Order: sequence, then structure tokens, then C-alpha cells
Amino acid sequence: MNLKLKIWRQANAEAKGEIVTYNISDVSPDMSFLEMMDMHNEQLIETGEDPVAFDHDCREGICGMCSMFINGEAHGPDRLVTTCQLHMRKFKDGDTITIEPFRADAFPVIKDLAVDRSAFDRIQQAGGFVSVNTSGNTQDANAIPIDKHDADKAFDAATCIGCGACVASCKNASAMLFVSAKVSQYSLLPQGKVEATDRVLNMVNQMDEEGFGNCTNTGACEVECPKGISLENIARMNREYMSASLKG
Amino acid sequence: MIKTTIARKVAMALSGLFLILFLGQHFTINITSVFSDKMFNFLSHFMGNNPVVQFILQPVLIFGVVFHFIMGFILEIKNYKSRSVKYISFNGSANASWVSRNMIISGIVVLSFLGLHFYDFWVPEMNYKYVEFLPQDPDRYYEELVHKFHSPVRVAIYALSFIFLSLHLFHGFSSSFQSMGLNNKYSRGIKLFTVAFSLVIPAGFIFIAIFHHLNL
Repeated sequence: MNLKLKIWRQANAEAKGEIVTYNISDVSPDMSFLEMMDMHNEQLIETGEDPVAFDHDCREGICGMCSMFINGEAHGPDRLVTTCQLHMRKFKDGDTITIEPFRADAFPVIKDLAVDRSAFDRIQQAGGFVSVNTSGNTQDANAIPIDKHDADKAFDAATCIGCGACVASCKNASAMLFVSAKVSQYSLLPQGKVEATDRVLNMVNQMDEEGFGNCTNTGACEVECPKGISLENIARMNREYMSASLKG
Repeated sequence: MIKTTIARKVAMALSGLFLILFLGQHFTINITSVFSDKMFNFLSHFMGNNPVVQFILQPVLIFGVVFHFIMGFILEIKNYKSRSVKYISFNGSANASWVSRNMIISGIVVLSFLGLHFYDFWVPEMNYKYVEFLPQDPDRYYEELVHKFHSPVRVAIYALSFIFLSLHLFHGFSSSFQSMGLNNKYSRGIKLFTVAFSLVIPAGFIFIAIFHHLNL
């Protein structure tokens, strides 16, 4: 396949970026999107140009590092996949592909397509954990009976890989789906209920401090989430937040 | 006081639901004008002169309207600022409906319509009762209503505005329940009711305007 790539190039966080157009040929339909980007970078290096910076790690769809906004959608046109699991067979010969970084003021661009998503880390640190005694007397988690329904929902929420596609897809750059998944994964389990009040208040406050937008229930986040995190989690977080606010 | 994103969402939802309740009540009274001028006059006179309605419910309603659109603008500005560098290519229709992404547009149209509606009905009513202190006339309301819909331009503006109100309700009604944390087995029923409400009520208001314009 021969493709035209329109890629966002930005030298560093302070530099003014722009779209640069490249032509790439001999792209195999069996390549992953990141392999196509690797091939493109090799060609850039051969011609003495600066390769395109982009985040990637496991390339198995589980680490949440890849973060490209492809043809107007987070992780491209496929559903329930990350960019690394997107394959070039989804495109046609002669296509023009626009590739941008995930955009949000809370996700500043580091270089080209790589963005700083440490805002998610700070939200997680604000309450996305359970305080357990690790001195050797820790109770086996499996010793606590948990309703299968709740366990399944907690597991579904825990599959969030924190890639930021929800923020990137939301017209308001809202992080509600991510935060609600992290709140839900703990609050649904007995181990997490103990700190549920402080957790939701602290995580939502941190989310607001990071400068994410407000949720307007468009549902774009749920559609674009590579792990299929449900809007049900946002409703649960809203309930928990209201309840926690009333408790003070 | 209402500072966090979730508190603002809930406040928007509650004020929106309150306005939806008012809309239902307003429609119930207006539709009587199609069937009986006497009934419409009776209900309008009651609403216009009952002290509870005039001095308690009416200020609460005005507060609800003002709160809803001011909070809407505050949220919209915050959302706009959350992504100061916009995408070159953003395929919003791939994952969300036009209606859900453009509540600010439908909201501004409805707000503009409210300005016209207040100019048409509320301002003259306040002038009649509290400025000129004209004598009570329980039979004037139906004629005033019919008179307003003589103009085809006004009827067209009303019809267009109610189409945008329909779009606003189509997303806003069921969305308000999600904002308040209600996403469960009843959500499908709420969505179906939302579709019915957002079609029937605005269509009913358009019907009333056309009915009186054609003097049927």
C-alpha cells in the first residue's frame, strides 16, 4: 500500500507544532500501525531527518502506552483496540492518514505524538488504592466472600489501562471514564469500601485540579475505550461522590 | 459552593429536570386552548393571579431558567479551555450524536426563543398587572394568545425554536439521570420516555401555534 501520512510534528513542549506530510510506500496490510510508524521512522533516519516520537511499550494492547489520534479518533477507526493492535488492513491503498497526539491541556505534548499523561498517575495517587497491612499478617483476599456480580463489575472496571483515549475522544477532554473506572474497581469490593468516601472525594478533586473538562454524557469515551469501560461506572462515581459529599 | 465537576453536573441535571416539569405543566395548560377557550381562560387566570404561583413558583422558575443557562455557559467555557490546542481532524460523529455534542447550540436557540417568548407574553402580562394596574379580566387570555399567532413569521420562529427544544430534550432528559448516578435496568425505560417526551411536547406546542394561526 502507498499512503500519505499527515503527522503532527512538535520539537518539544514549548515549540509550536505543525502537521507535516509524508509519503510512505510498500506498507503491508499485515503490519500493525506501530510497525508502519517504525518503518516510516527508519526511512526518516536514513534521510537524516528526526524520527517521529511516539509512545509504545508492550504492543499487546495491555500497557496503555500507545496514544495516537488517527483520522479523528483515539486509537483509530477500529473498536476495542489500542493503536498497537490496529492493523494496516483497516486502510486502503492511497489513503491519507492524519496522526495527532491525544489533545488535552492536562496532557501536554512532550514531543511529536508523545504526551505527558502523569495527570492520571496523580489522580491514582490521590486515592486509587487500598491501604493494607503488608507486615506479614495480610489476610488472603480470597478468604472474603464476594458476590460474583460485584466481582465481575470490579474486574471489568479494573481492565482500564489508563491510556487516555477517553480524554482524547471527549469533546470536553473529560477524564470521568478513567476516574470512575478506578473508583469503581475498589468501591465494588469489600476491601475497597472502607476508604470509599475519601477515595472518591480525593480522586475527583485531583481530577478537577489537573484541568480536565466536564462530562456532558456524549458517550464518546465509552465507544472509543479500547477496553470497553462502561458509562455505568461514571453513574456509580456520581452516586458515590454525592453520597460522600453529604457525609462530609 | 458548586465547584467540582460532578456537583455542577448534578446541579445542571436537577435544574433541567425542574424545567422539564414546568414544560409539561405549561403544555398541559396551553393544549386546553385547542379544545376550550373557557378552560384556557380559567387556567390562565388562575396561574396569573394565584399568589403562590405568582410570588413563589414564578421567581423559583425564573431562578431555575437563569441558573440552568448560566451554569451551562460556565461548563461550556471550562470545557472549551480544557483543550486549548484543537485537533486538526476530529471525527466526533464516529462516537457521539450531533445532539449530544451540540447542547450549547440548541440551548442558545432555546434561550433566544425564551427572550421572544417573554417579550410576547410575560412582559405584557407584568405590564398589565403590576405597572398599569389594569382591572382583572378573566376572559382576555384566549384572545391574546390567538392574536400573537396571527403572524406567520412568529409561528415559523416558534416552530423552529421548538425543533431545537426537541433536540435539547432528546439528549438532556435521559442524560440528567446519568448525571445523578442512575444507570441501571430502568435506563432503557427512561430513554424511551425521553424520546417520546422530546417528540410529543415540542410537536404539541408547534401544533398549538399552527392551530391558532389557521384559526381552526
